[in-house]
Amino acid sequence: MYKETTSSKIVKWSLIGISIAFVVLMLLLPLITVIAEAFKQGFDIYAKAVSDNYTTKAIWLTLEATLLAVIINTVFGLSAAWSLTKFQFKGKKILTTLIDLPVTVSPIIAGLIFLLTFGRQSPIYPLLQDWDIKIVFAVPGIVLATIFVTFPFISRELIPVLEARGNDEEEAAALMGAKGWTIFRKITFPHIKWAFLYGVVLCAARAMGEFGAVSVISGHLRGKTNTLPLHVEILFNEFQYVPAFAVSSILVMLAIVILIARSVIEYRGRKKI
Amino acid sequence: MKRTNRSVIPGFGLTTGITLAILGVVVLIPLASLVVFTAQMSFDEIIETITRDRVLSSFRVSFTTAFIASFINAVMGIILAWVLVKYTFPCKRLIDGMIELPFALPTAVAGIALTALTADTGLVGGFFAKFGIKIAFTQIGITVALVFIGIPFVVRAVQPVLEKLDPAYEEAAGVLGASRSRIFWKVIFPEIVPAALTGFGLAFGRCLGEYGSVVFIAGNKPFETEIAPLIIMSELQEYDYASATTIALVMLVASFVTLFLVNLIQTRNTKILKGGA
Repeated sequence: MYKETTSSKIVKWSLIGISIAFVVLMLLLPLITVIAEAFKQGFDIYAKAVSDNYTTKAIWLTLEATLLAVIINTVFGLSAAWSLTKFQFKGKKILTTLIDLPVTVSPIIAGLIFLLTFGRQSPIYPLLQDWDIKIVFAVPGIVLATIFVTFPFISRELIPVLEARGNDEEEAAALMGAKGWTIFRKITFPHIKWAFLYGVVLCAARAMGEFGAVSVISGHLRGKTNTLPLHVEILFNEFQYVPAFAVSSILVMLAIVILIARSVIEYRGRKKI
Repeated sequence: MKRTNRSVIPGFGLTTGITLAILGVVVLIPLASLVVFTAQMSFDEIIETITRDRVLSSFRVSFTTAFIASFINAVMGIILAWVLVKYTFPCKRLIDGMIELPFALPTAVAGIALTALTADTGLVGGFFAKFGIKIAFTQIGITVALVFIGIPFVVRAVQPVLEKLDPAYEEAAGVLGASRSRIFWKVIFPEIVPAALTGFGLAFGRCLGEYGSVVFIAGNKPFETEIAPLIIMSELQEYDYASATTIALVMLVASFVTLFLVNLIQTRNTKILKGGA
């Protein structure tokens, strides 16, 4: 680097100033607003809003949907990453594109397609009724929509890592007679551990916060199909601002935990490689 | 699907089978139902729906606010990426971590927080209200929410390119007597343009479909602050699935075109990233 002149110093500090101002105004201030509004009427009101019956139910449903989305996407992500990086086959490009498709679909449309597939005007609706299976306006629909919006999150982290490593070690292990599961557990997984955890964190973050898709498919049944973000919406629209921000503060804390976990995983992952 | 090249590694059938099964149930069948449902409608019906005044104006609002927000993000994204890569200053790591906040914070929470901030009674809204500028419940408000949503895209696209950029070119240009601003515009800027465009495209795609953060701040006045996802939602609430699906299809095509263009740019970008090192 060359030596700093006065004018380059001015440029440097004004650019830093603009950046910090932007981050504070656009990112930090909204976070502070949530916390400030939540505690506006004191801690007791806050505690009451957070421990409210509907809130606890919403927390459990959010956890359930997030957990299921993470599990299904883990199974999918590991399978897809293995299939797409260890083998050559026709249609691989199309498969990769299809896996990435859900993130480009608007959340509202994501909800809509499940409504069309399993809702009243669907050809399979009578069949579902006969078997007494409820998907739309019920928990399974919420879980499906959540899986859809987080679909590529885990596979997308794994595939580049596996591609960069190549298949030499796995091939050697297979030639020496190791079984598939052993190869995965002993050779592949240690390399993708951090990428995998990173994907899980991203998947969980999006899953717990999904709003549009879940909003379309849930039918807004209080206490039954309300996730935390939907509960926030209902409270806000009923002008119950303090409870709305109190419930939001739970999500803010989760978001901060996720951001910290993300940085830690990224840092550890970099050190390993 | 058939393997074109036999590999000694086991598990092809199992993993490909699981991949296709889950992909089919979660993505392909639902998306196909959208196509099947639209195919049942006549062409005239589709045209009639999407040329309704209210629908057309929602497209206009959606595209203009998404474009302006993504443009602001492109400019701020380049500045932020530059500052984070080239300079050292206190709280740098914190700022770097904060960039990802819009991915981690649920959109509904962002929506109500920004609404509270920018309403006339809020901290920021109150300040601008003195000058007669309203933010919440106007198109400015929608743009603010979309800027929030799109922040990480450009920063995270430009950052790796700036990190990989060989300082030799800058130094060479400096030795040859180019001024710092000339070095930036002639040497560095052309290199980060593809990455910035990729980030712009990704942010634009995301903004077009965004619902959660916008719904609260928009106020949802027809012809003024009603975005396309909102119209889809209100058609659904009236059980008019045909109209909802038609409008959804237009938005879907728009986001696929955006994605296609992004991929074109990205292919070039990867070449720079790999070839430049």
